Amino acid sequence: MLHDQYVTVHNSQAFDCDESLLPDLERFRQAVLEAVAKGGRIAALSARPVNDGDSRIVAVVAFDAEGVLQVFSSPVAGEYPAIAADCPQAHWFERDLWEQRGIVPLGHPWLKPIRFSHACSRGEAADDPSPATCGVTDFFSMSGEEVHEVAVGPVHAGIIEPGHFRFQCQGESVYHLEISLGYQHRGIERAMLGGPAVRTIHYVETASGDTSIGHAMAYCRGVESLSGTHVSPRAQVIRGIALELERVANHVGDLGALAGDVGYLPTMSYCGRIRGDVLNMTAVLCGNRFGRGLVRPGGVAFDLDDEAVRQLTRRLKSAAKDTRVAVDLLWESPSVMARFDRTGALSPELCNEIGLVGPAARACGVPRDVRRDFPFGIFRFAQIPVSTWDSGDVFGRAYVRWLEIQRSLAFIQEQLDALPPGQILSPVGALAPNRFSVALTEGWRGEICHVLSTGPDGKFDWYKIFDPSFHNWFGLAMALRNQQISDFPLCNKSFNLSYCGHDL
Amino acid sequence: MLAISGIVQIVLALVLAPLLQSIINRTKAVFAGRRGQPWLQPYRELWKLVQKGTVYSRTTTAVFVAGPIVGIAAVGLALALVPIGGWPALLSFPGDFLLVAYLLGVGRFFLVSAALDTGSSFEGMGASREVLFSALAEPALLLSLTALAAASHSASLTGIYAAIDSGMPATAAGPAIFLITGAMFVVFLAENARIPVDDPNTHLELTMIHEVMVLDHSGPDFALIQYAAQLKMWLLGSLLLGAAAPFRFGSAWLDLLAGLVGLGAIAVLVGIVESSMARLRLVRVPQFLIAASILSIVALFLVMR
Repeated sequence: MLHDQYVTVHNSQAFDCDESLLPDLERFRQAVLEAVAKGGRIAALSARPVNDGDSRIVAVVAFDAEGVLQVFSSPVAGEYPAIAADCPQAHWFERDLWEQRGIVPLGHPWLKPIRFSHACSRGEAADDPSPATCGVTDFFSMSGEEVHEVAVGPVHAGIIEPGHFRFQCQGESVYHLEISLGYQHRGIERAMLGGPAVRTIHYVETASGDTSIGHAMAYCRGVESLSGTHVSPRAQVIRGIALELERVANHVGDLGALAGDVGYLPTMSYCGRIRGDVLNMTAVLCGNRFGRGLVRPGGVAFDLDDEAVRQLTRRLKSAAKDTRVAVDLLWESPSVMARFDRTGALSPELCNEIGLVGPAARACGVPRDVRRDFPFGIFRFAQIPVSTWDSGDVFGRAYVRWLEIQRSLAFIQEQLDALPPGQILSPVGALAPNRFSVALTEGWRGEICHVLSTGPDGKFDWYKIFDPSFHNWFGLAMALRNQQISDFPLCNKSFNLSYCGHDL
Repeated sequence: MLAISGIVQIVLALVLAPLLQSIINRTKAVFAGRRGQPWLQPYRELWKLVQKGTVYSRTTTAVFVAGPIVGIAAVGLALALVPIGGWPALLSFPGDFLLVAYLLGVGRFFLVSAALDTGSSFEGMGASREVLFSALAEPALLLSLTALAAASHSASLTGIYAAIDSGMPATAAGPAIFLITGAMFVVFLAENARIPVDDPNTHLELTMIHEVMVLDHSGPDFALIQYAAQLKMWLLGSLLLGAAAPFRFGSAWLDLLAGLVGLGAIAVLVGIVESSMARLRLVRVPQFLIAASILSIVALFLVMR
């Protein structure tokens, strides 16, 4: 496992914190750049505080084709040469790193905080760069006679989360969009420290409210890897079913919302209803429509009896039938296709360069799916084919969702038909001290990455959460270039990213 | 007698115009499998707005206040010139159709000015879209009315719509009337901010046209804008209906009733259009409007031949 100075591990495999130490920052930077050049993708990049105020910079590079993660780390103090200067993927990570630890990435192309933190969640570093006043920050701007600026948010007309969007436009077309988030910052990562505690699981379940199962699974697998807990096959299957139900519900909702954004009412109305039906199936599993309280370290908290399996099978059939009718209406309406086609297109090259994940990456023809690349839980035994499309536009993102809905529904049915017997919850022991683990999960938006490490007392001394939105917000900004500003809501919906999952 | 029939029409318009919106909403609700809002909801909303206070931004001037007032005055005056069901309008004189088209233009000019007066980038964007699209819709409306005037050998709206009756589609002018109906339906959708040109239900400021222009108006001012929009729908609906379905039953009251039912039918049709297609991409809207102008030009050639 040990290669000279870094570790190569599998998804949620615990290892010793000191195994991956590189001697200096220049070597660290070189190692990360080389790994990315070899086809790696930055899944996490941040700095971990170690005793007496020192920090260690840590990078997790995911090799999708090989299914392994390489973890690099090096002591860091004060500043280091920015990786983003040569590797755009690192852009957002380094801003997050600077904001949280006060460590300056020298030569970063656009260094400013990504969140507006408030006092309770500020990093220990005295020179926390976060602006004291919410919403006050520099923006990229253009000047010229014909350029005008449109600012949207953070308060929006609809009931959505707060985020500020600043467009540099010429007439109706957009030169550049800058997205400024951080209004939802709650300090979740900080609250995780010293855990696992009674509240910890609730923090992860609400890290992004629509991805409760996804985040809870990543957390639980991290904890299980650090405590050496074995999860029974039955619990793995129930987790898999819950994860796919979450995916189906959100994808169906998104397709409906996409239809709504172009003013196409039939699909919007049907999908809105079907999304509720699928959420109700999750409620059959655990009594909560968003799956809160289902996934617990060691397994799941609720078992499925025969009656529930019968009920789910029945509901699954009708949901599959209704969704097909509703979604086919979309593809068959020329007026809808005229809006979806070639709107907000991204190339596969750009997708790789900025490290998109989830349906947004798969819509660019990049077959990137944690369930296949870094299989975990039930996905080690039952594969779901990776759904891709090659257009990279709004249509691609919508169509990939439709493909995934069908495959997830088939997967859920398969698993319900062959539910293994056994217990559902194994006892979880204490976490091993001074261990490190990276847990990846394919949530419905894409790769969820939780990075955990324990101190000498076996409690979390560092916890980083990377929601897929963290990778993809910049993709949305790029998708808007040279597009009509009136198509922004449609592009935005086709990504449907999380504000709170990003802001944490 | 003439005056009374004109007054009856205006009273009907003033009272029933918000109902067209109810019919559209109800139609859409049926397609979506919902029950829909109460029939009187548009009236309730107007009443609610009238009772509220008005908020004026510090950056606005008298232009902002004038927008809604001139808007409703212009539409109200235009209503007096537009006949329904073959009845004579309250006022009529040769060339009054030009006045109607430009009264709508005056109302729009003030509404757009009010939007620009706020200095908001949203409203500026909406104003620019509104002006572009109405500049393209205006020729379609004017050419359609000119073609109708040529076909009916009359230069006033009352005369034009009295001449068009059930027999006319069968005459040589028939194909022209057919094209004019198409052109005027497009104008009707565009001027009333309906799908496929605009989406009256969206909450997305960046895609709006008409709605984004009036974001800063509140209370009674906003009620005036809403009411003016409802009257405008009634007005353009009457112009469209007179050409599309000129049914005459020999009794003036039956003709009027047919006109009212026809307006309801247009509202149902709008509801069906909105339930069955998506909005056009904004850059495609001009093509749609120019197509309407082309239809009316061809109609004009057909009747002048």
